[in-house]
Amino acid sequence: MIELKNVTRRFGDTVAVDNINLTIETGEVCVLVGSSGCGKSTTLRMINRLLPHSAGNILVDGEDIAAMNPEQLRLNMGYVIQGTGLFPHWTVARNIAMVPQLLKWPRDRIDARVNELMTLLDLDPTVHANKYPQQLSGGQAQRVGVARALAADPNILLMDEPFGALDAITRENLQMEMLRIQKQVRKTTVFVTHDIDEALKLATRIAVMDRGRIIQHDTPENILRHPASEFVENLVGKQDRGLKLMSLRPVRELMNPHRGPKRADPGVEGLREEDSIRLALSVMLWRGLQEVSVFNAHGEETGVITRERIIREGA
Amino acid sequence: MRVWLPPLVLAALLCGLSAGMPALEPFFQWVQPDKQRVIYERDSFLFLLQNHLLLVVISAAVGTIAAVAGGVFATRPSGRDFLPLVSQVASIGQTFPPVAVLALAVPVLGFGEAPILVALILYGLLPILRNTLAGLESINPAVREAGLGMGMSPFQVLLRVELPLAGRVILAGIRTSVTINIATAAIGSTIGARTLGDPVIAGLVNGNTAYVLQGAILIGLLALTIDSLFEALERTWDHRFSPQGAA
Repeated sequence: MIELKNVTRRFGDTVAVDNINLTIETGEVCVLVGSSGCGKSTTLRMINRLLPHSAGNILVDGEDIAAMNPEQLRLNMGYVIQGTGLFPHWTVARNIAMVPQLLKWPRDRIDARVNELMTLLDLDPTVHANKYPQQLSGGQAQRVGVARALAADPNILLMDEPFGALDAITRENLQMEMLRIQKQVRKTTVFVTHDIDEALKLATRIAVMDRGRIIQHDTPENILRHPASEFVENLVGKQDRGLKLMSLRPVRELMNPHRGPKRADPGVEGLREEDSIRLALSVMLWRGLQEVSVFNAHGEETGVITRERIIREGA
Repeated sequence: MRVWLPPLVLAALLCGLSAGMPALEPFFQWVQPDKQRVIYERDSFLFLLQNHLLLVVISAAVGTIAAVAGGVFATRPSGRDFLPLVSQVASIGQTFPPVAVLALAVPVLGFGEAPILVALILYGLLPILRNTLAGLESINPAVREAGLGMGMSPFQVLLRVELPLAGRVILAGIRTSVTINIATAAIGSTIGARTLGDPVIAGLVNGNTAYVLQGAILIGLLALTIDSLFEALERTWDHRFSPQGAA
């Protein structure tokens, strides 16, 4: 758990972060979102003490970080940044092994861990382990950046616009990847972005920041349904909210379930239970259907979702 | 291994020529027919070579340590305030001719090896300092930030990340510095240091072109040897630390 209590950061006369209070529960993904210069990166960098805070207290698992050794503190926090910050003179494997090496793990444990992480992030160790960062694509490099942050299994993950410099398709892939990994490893994550869609997709709770203050701290659904101010309303897109809400909800919630899972008829195409309702509607509009079958992870048909019900209850 | 061949060949040639200069007497007799003695004999060439090399190596070692330390200091958060000053000194210092340093050092330190050593250290320091600054400044700030943010101490970041990344540029600075100093050390002969400049000066004074030629050939060969040694070092460095460049 990370707690920020009345935290302020000043640069000379300007106040970058103005007396904020924020609690991030263990295992949740808290996304700090706001336009550039709103203090979100500053907030993140105060949590691992890359920047000292001017006033207030920051507690990690109840302990004040000001009293801790900064290196010890950071070794227990994975850190992913926009430019990846991979060491160009080290191979991919050595980059990932960085923190375990600082913690003086035995050689074979490090090797096993590097292999495990590369596999988790969908990088083939036999192909990529001995490459240098310059030989990777942007998406691969950022996967290595994430693997490096997870290497020593830290409790906390700090991510500063990690996917900001990637093209839309790669970004989308890495977001899905992150949701999948987060399900497996459950890190307390603080994620900084200026992209509200990214925030809505990844967050358990979103903290909207503006001019050094937290305007609203709530779940993605509540941010969309009950924006605290006009600023938040504009950020989430006034007109677009219905569709954004639909993309937060899985098909499972609105389908008409069968009595039991049915064997699917061969050749029938459909949606998966965890697909978003927005996707379901899009599929129906495109193919001119009134309803679509829904399948579970085993490929069994578990229900149907109808266009009529989406229109009625979708958002 | 092939990269080490040219410096080895040149070094062998240099030593062989220093030891066996008298064997070339007929050639120098042809160059300078009007003189009785055409081979410089006041000191052995091997002794002069050794002394010359010693001056250059000592000044390079001291200069490198001082310049890298200065460059590192000026790029740390605590030394940032000095960065503009240090980089200006490094640039302006290069416009100062080495002979002028000698002229200023002699009244203080007298004649002999001491003033030339001071001049060589001061003068050789500048290219190394400039390259250290350039090398450290050219590192992507995200790399340093990631190192610190992942829990490396500032000293670990310097040792494991910054110096290896800047090393190639620093090495190039040392190369420039040493090459210049091989030439500058020869001027030391004018103030009583014994270097390969001795035969050149003696030849100029006595109108003996053969002496001048002998000194000049050896100085030139020494410079080529050292330069190709650095070439080999840089290649090895590339291979070790930045294989993507070599690939």
